Amino acid sequence: MAQGTQARTSITVTVDGTEYTDDVEPRLLLVQYLRDVLGKTGTLIGCDTTNCGACTVHVDGRSVKSCTMFAVQADGAEVTTIEGLSRDGELHPMQEAFHECHALQCGYCTPGMIMQSIDLLSEHPDPDEHTVRNGLEGNLCRCTGYQNIVKAVQTAAKNSGGVV
Amino acid sequence: MTVTQIGAPLARKEDQRLITGRSRYTDNMVLPGMLHLAMVRSPFAHAKIEAIDASEAKSAPGVIAVLTGNDVADSQGSLPNAWPITPDQQAPAHPAIAVDRVSFTGEIVACVVARSAAAARDASELIDVDYDDLEPVLDIEQAAADDVLAHPDLGTNRSATWVFDSAEAGTGGAIDQSLADSDVVVERAYHQQRLIPAFMEPRSTVVDPTGEQLTIWTSTQVPHILKLMLCMTLGLPESKVRVVAPDVGGGFGGKLQVTPEEVICILAARQTGKPCKFTETRSESLLAAHHGRAQVQKLRIGASRDGTVTGLDVRLLADMGAYLGLVTSGVPILGAFMFNGIYKFDAYRFECTNVFTNRAWTDAYRGAGRPEATYAIERIMDDLADELGMDPIDLRRKNWIAHEEFPYSTVSSLEYDTGNYEAATDKALELFGYDELRAEQQRRRSNNDQVQLGIGVSTFTEMCGLAPSRVLGSLDYGAGGWEHAQVRVLPTGNVEVVTGVSPHGQGHETTFSQIVADRLGVSFDNVEILHGDTQVSQKGLDTYGSRSLTVGGMAIVAAADKVIEKAKTVAAHMLEADRDDIEFDSGNFGVQGTDKSVTLAEISLSVFAAHDLPDGFEPSLDSDATFDPENFSFPHGTHLAAMEVDTVTGESRLRKYVCVDDVGNVINPLLVDGQVHGGLAQGIAQALFEEAVYDETGNLVTGSFVDYLVPSAADLPSFTTGRTETPSTTNALGVKGVGEAGTIASTPAIVNGVLDAIRQFGVSDIDMPCSPYRVWSTLNEARTAGAQTGVAQ
Repeated sequence: MAQGTQARTSITVTVDGTEYTDDVEPRLLLVQYLRDVLGKTGTLIGCDTTNCGACTVHVDGRSVKSCTMFAVQADGAEVTTIEGLSRDGELHPMQEAFHECHALQCGYCTPGMIMQSIDLLSEHPDPDEHTVRNGLEGNLCRCTGYQNIVKAVQTAAKNSGGVV
Repeated sequence: MTVTQIGAPLARKEDQRLITGRSRYTDNMVLPGMLHLAMVRSPFAHAKIEAIDASEAKSAPGVIAVLTGNDVADSQGSLPNAWPITPDQQAPAHPAIAVDRVSFTGEIVACVVARSAAAARDASELIDVDYDDLEPVLDIEQAAADDVLAHPDLGTNRSATWVFDSAEAGTGGAIDQSLADSDVVVERAYHQQRLIPAFMEPRSTVVDPTGEQLTIWTSTQVPHILKLMLCMTLGLPESKVRVVAPDVGGGFGGKLQVTPEEVICILAARQTGKPCKFTETRSESLLAAHHGRAQVQKLRIGASRDGTVTGLDVRLLADMGAYLGLVTSGVPILGAFMFNGIYKFDAYRFECTNVFTNRAWTDAYRGAGRPEATYAIERIMDDLADELGMDPIDLRRKNWIAHEEFPYSTVSSLEYDTGNYEAATDKALELFGYDELRAEQQRRRSNNDQVQLGIGVSTFTEMCGLAPSRVLGSLDYGAGGWEHAQVRVLPTGNVEVVTGVSPHGQGHETTFSQIVADRLGVSFDNVEILHGDTQVSQKGLDTYGSRSLTVGGMAIVAAADKVIEKAKTVAAHMLEADRDDIEFDSGNFGVQGTDKSVTLAEISLSVFAAHDLPDGFEPSLDSDATFDPENFSFPHGTHLAAMEVDTVTGESRLRKYVCVDDVGNVINPLLVDGQVHGGLAQGIAQALFEEAVYDETGNLVTGSFVDYLVPSAADLPSFTTGRTETPSTTNALGVKGVGEAGTIASTPAIVNGVLDAIRQFGVSDIDMPCSPYRVWSTLNEARTAGAQTGVAQ
């Protein structure tokens, strides 16, 4: 049982291509809905002050920190999580780039980092190092020192010709 | 002859599940009937618990039970400290749930067990605790003075005093004489601020009491040690307990612990008979997961006028916090052997007093004692250079152990096996553009530029590859430092390796696969590395202290070599040859001088069937090995930082960072660079951004990522990482370990760089972190106090 005892309300959300209808407490965070109600544990929780970005997903095509949004706010929206990225068993170019460039160690920041990096490229298809670093300011990593993450984002930009 | 995997920058086996969201962090676990825990934590740093009223909480919706200290006083035992550094070490009892008093803000006083995490949290706010608050002691030096006691019943804040004296040890002279005879003595006091490891995955524990065994999934870097400690603390039979570390999101020493939360989870599960889960919030993690560093350091260094160092005297006060955690007391001692660094001293004395304060307890954090030591020696070498008017590199060159002097017995009783400080330094200087940057520095000085340039140096070595068991015994640590491995060849030729180390991001599956592929001549993809579950890996001493490759890797090599020996016996039988004529090369066992051969897979199938094996041969190739290192390993390196300091705003910017590190033979350069990058980020963060700050009532002010400044990508530049490779001679792989090196080296490089930019204004010292405010006020004070004619002329 994921939730407490607030009176619930019904929401319908499309997540990674599948439509779900559930009754949720108004205070339930989107990240809790994804993890605890839908069992989509690929999206992670790393803090409680919206600093770390581990919970980053796409809502209607833009990156959002899912810990800073209520599930009820996602009613009617399309959400993409790390689990919805690969198509037909093929890794997304950003996932591939993270792997090639050793842009992850413990993996905890990785789903959020990948989701935000994709959003970054949608705005800046060919970013320089400075743009990448600023664009990832909201995603904390404790393992990699960020250098290989920057490399991965620029590699993905090159490999996908700017279209992600 | 297949191409060796050693030295190949292979991408990691670990990645696929982590980049696709198929990770298995502990909080994912859901079990039938599982209950959730919420902790009630003390808002006071020091208080008596007069009463707890949990009645409203107990009857709140979804609540199954509430545990208070009184409820578990007889069953919870005392959380263990495995390192009594002296026979008279003083320590208070360490309850998981406080019984009649609390000793730091965040200490657990009650636990709610409920049907959902939300219900548990809601009910936890209904618990009424009546505290009688007491005066806390919150300053290391005040604690040492014993006026206000952190634990009144203990009678003192001083836990233990530990001394190393080279004259007594026979490794050098007497310090007082050495300093008295020196032309120059520089005396300094440095401050190692309190830090928070801040791994990205908050700690989480799930306990299932419903099976025949008690199963504990937990976000730990020490599943084997944890299992043993929990059994000893709670009186559980070892053969009935299983600890599993699933995917673990970072540790850095911060998950090297036996935590109150783990103990409470077990107690709750046993009481309710149901699986129980606890996952902390980030705020709880910063508040109550153990902190790092926190020392006051007083040093005296002696030298002759020409710069030759003579003696080094170190006196530390180390802040234990409110309790002794698993290795809290030993962390400063690990650093005791490293204050002399890479230099040749005649005399050395080290004295450390561990003291209690009413704050979260400290324990291992990346480097554990060695960053503190390296910081102090590299700072004082720069201060000495300044005093003597010498270039800081020249001073180091004059005093470091020359390449041809290895192996070298140091004044602190260690034997460094190999090193090449000259090569690392020359390479670093070249990559850095040292001469050009010094010229730019001079230009900016002459022009009175608002932004000045400083060059920071750090030439370090460290002791890792924990550890030779006998040495740990001589230091009174409770366990040894060996590591265990088993290598199995399956009937179809797959290879399984069971290791007792416990990765949490380091890429061991990949590195070990490379080693085994190379050793057994099988493909990299054919090797499966099993770890982290005490049911699968029955024996081990886990991961910390940069030991996994140096000690764990060697155990794997030893086990693999046993497999080859067994296989040779079978091969000789299968090929009807003399065992002495069997040659093993790249997975093939051949007969010398013929083209007869048989593969490891064919041998394995034959052994499985056991239809025709040599007389007396046990039908198994599977082999164990336990490896106990003979010595520590000693990676080293030269780090150079170019710091730009704005002399008006105090802002400093790391413009360029170059390091050349020697970690011995490199198995996977991609992973080594990754460890260096990550280590640098944490070391630089100590210098520029992070500090765990308590206010005057003992509340943690830096209680979230808003205020505790873990750097983001925007706060750091890219680093230039170079390498030299001087193989270690104390293990057959020639490796030295790299996990902590970047962190150990970088902090003094940054601070030395900041000082180098602003010494000209009369600044001789600065505390960490070198925030803009701190730099600005340090400059201001120096300018005011100086009353000099002009500035930077």
